[in-house]
Amino acid sequence: MGNPMTDQTQTSEMQTQSQAQSDKKPGIIRVEGMHKWYGDFHVLKDLNLTVDQGERIVICGPSGSGKSTFIRCINRLEEHQQGKIIVDGIELTDDVRHIDTVRREVGMVFQHFNLFPHLTVLENCCLSPIWVRKTPRKEAEASAMEYLERVKIPDQANKFPGQLSGGQQQRVAIARALCMKPKIMLFDEPTSALDPEMIKEVLDVMIELAGSGMTMLCVTHEMGFAKTVADRVIFMDGGEIVEEAPPHEFFTNPQEARTQKFLQQILAH
Amino acid sequence: MKKQTIDTRPAGPKPWYDPRVRSLFFQAIAIALVFWGGWVLVDNTLSNMESRGISTGFGFLNETAGFGIIMNLVPYDATMSYGRTFWVGLTNTLLVSAMGVVAATILGFIIGVARLSSNWLVAKMALVYIEVIRNIPLLLQIFFWYFAVLSNLPSPRQSVDVGGALFLNNRGLYLPEPMTQEGFGIVWGGILLAIAAVVGIRIWAKKRQLATGQIFPTFKVGVAILVLVPIVSYLVAGRPIEWDLPALRGFNFGGGITIIPELAALWIALSLYTASFIAEIVRSGILSVSKGQTEASKALGLPNGLTLRLVVIPQAMRVIIPPLTSQYLNLVKNSSLATAIGYPDLVAVFMGTTLNQTGQAVEVVAITMAVYLTISLLISLFMNIYNRAVAIKER
Repeated sequence: MGNPMTDQTQTSEMQTQSQAQSDKKPGIIRVEGMHKWYGDFHVLKDLNLTVDQGERIVICGPSGSGKSTFIRCINRLEEHQQGKIIVDGIELTDDVRHIDTVRREVGMVFQHFNLFPHLTVLENCCLSPIWVRKTPRKEAEASAMEYLERVKIPDQANKFPGQLSGGQQQRVAIARALCMKPKIMLFDEPTSALDPEMIKEVLDVMIELAGSGMTMLCVTHEMGFAKTVADRVIFMDGGEIVEEAPPHEFFTNPQEARTQKFLQQILAH
Repeated sequence: MKKQTIDTRPAGPKPWYDPRVRSLFFQAIAIALVFWGGWVLVDNTLSNMESRGISTGFGFLNETAGFGIIMNLVPYDATMSYGRTFWVGLTNTLLVSAMGVVAATILGFIIGVARLSSNWLVAKMALVYIEVIRNIPLLLQIFFWYFAVLSNLPSPRQSVDVGGALFLNNRGLYLPEPMTQEGFGIVWGGILLAIAAVVGIRIWAKKRQLATGQIFPTFKVGVAILVLVPIVSYLVAGRPIEWDLPALRGFNFGGGITIIPELAALWIALSLYTASFIAEIVRSGILSVSKGQTEASKALGLPNGLTLRLVVIPQAMRVIIPPLTSQYLNLVKNSSLATAIGYPDLVAVFMGTTLNQTGQAVEVVAITMAVYLTISLLISLFMNIYNRAVAIKER
């Protein structure tokens, strides 16, 4: 099991590195002075963030701090009211065509998996490539099987989501997003709805994905994951970005009082 | 060895504490009560009929009916038998039910989706429609359409005249009837050809999508073929249809096809009433699909239309089908309110006039009830088969 897997990872890593050198885009995501309100409630306050291609960002913070809302703005599942969000050179406005273009390039993994229960695992993975990318079915299925192998569940391809465990469902959800060959992956608390023994299998897949050079934004409470793969950790509270630092600095030497308090609470036990 | 096979379970409870024995006991009592009740009913009826000198049996079905019926889909006149009146009533019931089911389904789906529209005015209009229509008794609505709307149309002499071919008055809607002439076979051929072509294109388009991923506009092209090919073949065959136009003869119209106001009133009322319930069913079905499904679909780049078609509706259908079935059953059963305005449905004709003239109450009521039961069970059967096809497989 060990050898072929690492070989694969290495080659894909090498490929993406050479790719990254040729067309590494600085600022594949640019968020400038972004605000969002739910009615009178000011959820996101003056957010600024630039993510380069291949960067891995972990966003953490107490519940209600707006971190999920923030990454949901990046593929316009939520609308922002002020400021700019530019993804891969396209600004997100009310223009439906721009929204659809951006969504094609941005994959998303949800806390509650959101697999389509009326379709098999393979059909879940092929749906969007076939209807949106207009890939021939055979090609789409072959590519889906590759991704299912990558998340280590090719044998479940013809089952329905309801027949899988939570961890397996989340890995299918990751494979489904990857089938669109996105440039960016968003993870919205991907392990929060899982039993402890299933968290690892999902994190392993995410770590492998990070190794392949994918641009990733993860909202997560998995601090171990943040330490191993993140290039930057962002701490949000009350709708603001409070602190932003590389993981070793963030965990060993947090600057802000609110960050210190948060870290004390989650690292205490 | 033998000792081990001896039953070592603890001694069972006393029989009256054993749930299995208890349930058998109560079931036996229930069955006995049902049979006793049935026997009392039959025995009572038979002895009563005997004491009043009423003959039993189905022989009356062959006697001459001797009364006219204002609308018949199967050939009928007053010299035919009571058995024939049954078929006239049944076909009339089936006609208004089928028309009602189709109209109520289409209207119900449109209003149900409109109810969820993000357009404020559209959503509120759908809401008002639903709340008004479903809270007024159906019989009242049938009376409204029959007495307040259709009866107030102009008399035959002042008919609303559309191009000399279509007339509307308080006796009904008169339409030209197509009379096929020699050479119409070519048109039939054209229609069959068009259907074959559409099926062929559908298969080809699906194959091509599997192979190359290109999506062919099957629906638009299919509609075009279905419309154009029969028209062209009609022209090629030298227009082999003559229209039998309705014309005023004396006090009323003759010729053409007539839709009597009784049918129209019943159909409109049944459709509008049932549609308001179907709309609520459709709305709840769509709402039952969690928001996460729509979000996941959008996040994959599927536009709104495809999200609705590929993700939301297939999941909503499994919630919609069972209550939709019971609405169809209600519609068929409610069609018996036809009696109130004199539409000659099964209840009005067979259980009304035929029963009055023959006095064979037990037989007529039994036949009529059996018919409604059969129709309902058939609808349930087909809907259950469809429901099983769309059900979600888990575990």
